[in-house]
Order: sequence, then C-alpha cells, then structure tokens
Amino acid sequence: MAELREQVKRKFGDAVLSTHADFGDQTVLLRKESALEVMRWLRDDPSMLFNFMMDLTAVDYLGKKPGDQRFEVVYHLYSLKHNHRIRVKAPVAEDDPTIDSVVSIWKGADWFEREAWDLYGIIFKGHPNLKRILLYEEFVGHPLRKEYPIRKRQPLIGPEN
Amino acid sequence: MMKDNRMDLHTEPFVLNMGPSHPATHGTVRFLLKMDGERILHCETEIGYLHRGFEKHCENGTWTQVFPYTDRLNYNSAIQNNVAYALAAEKLLGITGKMPERCTAIRTIMCELARLADHYTGLGASMLELGALTAFLYFVEARELVWDLIESVCGARLTSNYVRIGGLSTDLPEGFAAHTKQVFATNRVFWTEFDKLLTKNRIFLDRMRDTGALSREDSIAFGFTGPLLRAAGVEYDVRKAHPYLMYDQVDFDVPVGFAGDNFDRYLVRMEEINQSIRIVEQVLAKLPSGPINVDDPAVRNPSKEAVKSRMESMIFHFKNTIEGIQIPAGEVYVPTEGSNGEVGFYLVSVGGGKPWKCRVRPPCFALTQAVGEMVKGGFLSDIIPTFDMVNLIGGECDR
Repeated sequence: MAELREQVKRKFGDAVLSTHADFGDQTVLLRKESALEVMRWLRDDPSMLFNFMMDLTAVDYLGKKPGDQRFEVVYHLYSLKHNHRIRVKAPVAEDDPTIDSVVSIWKGADWFEREAWDLYGIIFKGHPNLKRILLYEEFVGHPLRKEYPIRKRQPLIGPEN
Repeated sequence: MMKDNRMDLHTEPFVLNMGPSHPATHGTVRFLLKMDGERILHCETEIGYLHRGFEKHCENGTWTQVFPYTDRLNYNSAIQNNVAYALAAEKLLGITGKMPERCTAIRTIMCELARLADHYTGLGASMLELGALTAFLYFVEARELVWDLIESVCGARLTSNYVRIGGLSTDLPEGFAAHTKQVFATNRVFWTEFDKLLTKNRIFLDRMRDTGALSREDSIAFGFTGPLLRAAGVEYDVRKAHPYLMYDQVDFDVPVGFAGDNFDRYLVRMEEINQSIRIVEQVLAKLPSGPINVDDPAVRNPSKEAVKSRMESMIFHFKNTIEGIQIPAGEVYVPTEGSNGEVGFYLVSVGGGKPWKCRVRPPCFALTQAVGEMVKGGFLSDIIPTFDMVNLIGGECDR
C-alpha cells in the first residue's frame, strides 16, 4: 500500500504543496484553503479514519522561510482503527493570519485553537468562541511570536469592576 | 396544597463561581457554574492561572536546558516528561537506535515509578476531597516510599531533572533492586487496604458510579487519552500502540473500563498501579549492565575525569555547555504514555544549539476541556470526583 502522504497527494493533487516522511513521520503540507476539506476526508475516509486530533499548534518561522508564509499551523492526527499517524501542516501568511477552524470535525480542537490564537495570533475562522485561554484578555500581543522579547513585562490588569 | 405552592414559586438559575482558589480546584482552575438549585446547567472552565511561558523559555535556552522546565509540567511524574523530551530530541539527532540497553531499561523503570507516584497521588488526593482521609494517608505513604526510591536515584523527589539527551545524569545507586522490592512489598499492603476501604464502599460508590461519565465517541472526539479514555472502553495505550523504551519486551495488561464514569476511571488507575509494579519487576530482573550514555562526546559530555585530563574532552564539554548540543534541522513528534495520557513532544530545529520550537502535547489540557460536558446535568458535588479523576495538573495544563 502506498504511503499515507502519497495517498493524500493522489487524492488532492494541487492542494498538497509538499510531503515528506523524515524520521518516519508522515507529513503533508497543504494549502490552507483546502485544509478543512482534506482533514474532513482524513477523518471520514475508510482507509484513513483519523478519529483523534492529538495536537494542534503553530510555528513561527520568522526569517527562516522564503516568501511571506511566516507561520505554519500544525495538526497531529491519529487513527485508532489503523493505528497510524499523520502530520498535517498549512502555511499562514503574516498579513492574513487566518485559517478555517476544525472544531466542526473534532470538538477537542476548541481549546487548542484558542491557545494558538492566544500565543501566536492565528485567527481560526468559524471557531465558536475564539478568545484567549492561557493569558488574560487585556494582554497585548502574542508572546510566542519570535519578535516578542522574552524579558518583556506587562502589568496584570484585572477586570474593570 | 404543597404541590400548588411549589408551582407558584418563582425560581431562576444563578451563577456560582468556584475557584480559582477553592480547596478542590487544586492546580488552580476556575469553574463558572450556572445552577438550577443543586443541578448544573452549564459549566465554563477557565485555565491559565499557572501559565509561565514554557515554550518561550525553551526556545531561549540550549537543548539541555529544557529538562528542568519539563520537570515542572506534570510534576507528579516529572521523569516521564524528561524521558519524552529526550526521546524526541534523540530521534531528531538520529541516535535512537544507538542508545545503550541499560539506559533504556533504567528509563523504563523510572517512567513506571513515576506512574506509580502519580496514581498514588491522584487517587489519594481524590479520596481526601471525598472525605476519605484514611485512604488518603495510605496512598500518600505509598507515594513517599516511591519518592524515596526516586530520590535515591537522582537526589530529588519531584523535580528530578534526571534524564539527558543521549543518556542519564547518573546510574542507579547500589542496592536499588533490593530497596525497590522492599517498597513494593509495603505498597502492596497499602493497595489492599485502600481497595478494602473503598472499592465496595456504598458511600464511595454513590459518589463515583454514573457521575462525570462521557461516552466512548465523545471521549475520542475530545481527544482523550490515558486512563480516562480507557475507562470509556477504548483500548489505546501508547506503550502498546507505538512501543518505545522496553515496553515491547515486558508483559503487562492494559485495563479497560466500559461505562466511562468516575468509578471506572478509579478502577483503571488502581489496576495500572499493579501493572506498573509488574513492569518494574520484570525490567529489574533482566537489567543489562554496561554504559548508560551514548558514546558520542558531541551529544553526551565526556566523563569529568576525561574533561580534566584531555583537551578534546574539555572542548566538547565547553561547546556542549555554552553553545548547546547541535541538532540538525528537522521536525519530529514523539508520543509517549504519561500517567494522564499521551505526552507528545513536537520539536522543530532549524539547526544550532537551541530549539526553534519545543511543544508538548499536554494530556490534561484535552481532558479539562471536557469537564463542562462531563458535569452538565449533574449535582454540584459531582464536580469534585469528576475533577479529581481528570487529575488536572496545572503545571502541565497551563505550561
């Protein structure tokens, strides 16, 4: 049987930007416009059945990638039935840091997407309740972006009473 | 007459704030509850009170300097986090296959001891919050004894900082096997006492059975892993699904529940204690001798003796410390079975001595997310056992 990444590539062609299997981790890089469709297929197709969204996070490649695709949103999926895993990534530009929410596919993505919004400022379109989760509402900026200084301090502003 | 009176009574739901500093919301978490009398209509969970910028710190230190931060994720089973991170970094370095057998065996033992400490703490503290102080004392004592073992190995009880990329900080102390045997003998007695006090106790059953339940389908959709997922009837354990360390060379069972309620979660954890003891005993019985560190001075520092007598060794020591171990560019995700579920490290390197990204998948983040769903429609008092069985660890959830 063809490798997972090859099967995704064959099925979705142009939506797949690149694939690799470094260290044995099946990885596909998708256009963000197609990410939702591909991931729904990954969950539902009988040969895939990725019923677990194990992890969702973002990476800031500031100055490390050509072009303006500064961020990558990274999903780690797992299939209980087939006991296989895949990593799905979608590049997101700095001037348009949006991507479709996958909460409609996996409920559990809710808090993970809120965290990626909180720490990286990625906006998940269609998320039911996209607000900060680890930091407080009044916090300014997104601290895991590379330009956010590690020593920067912000006053903790409580809610207005 | 009484019936009519009740119908005329005007009632409306009220909002109750529980936490972040409530005795039962250990790990600091806040529940915003909408109540209809004693019934919970809606529960919103708020976390983040223990956020300290784990990833930001990791990105600004060398690969080795990440270890103390991983201790402070799930501090009940710190060594498991150490091991999970080391496994990921080693995979990225391409030295997974070169790890000495003794190192792998000791890591397996320490991971299971950590699981024991975690389950003793989790179950014991839960019983305390349900009012069973005696049971708590039994398991806290059992945990103390396991901590004594861990302390004899690495000098610390909680923040172990024991594992290194490519090896371990020290070998097992002399007489470790005998000490372990003695601890297990005592702890088996504690386990039996604990079991006798609770498992068939009517009051306990009333609090645990059918409370906080979540179906198999919902547990999967929420990304549950570990004892809570298995209590819902899903046989998923990373140690079996993707064996790492020595888990494919030892016999152990994966306990599975079926109701997915608090009682099944308790039973699963109780049996996991027995299985962990079984694993440690098997590994100790065939503990290989030999080195504990990979033979590569660019990864694992040479011995102090060599550093002080040979120039090359000193250079390696200096470069490993100041510049950090050099890990080539790439990305890797390694799942491991933590006490609470899947602990996975996603590391990204762009080359050099510092991680570009060091992400940990915290199991109780996914579990805590579903607390609202689990307690909906239940009584206020159901929050206590449910939240206890989730076993939220603030250090890991909030990072």
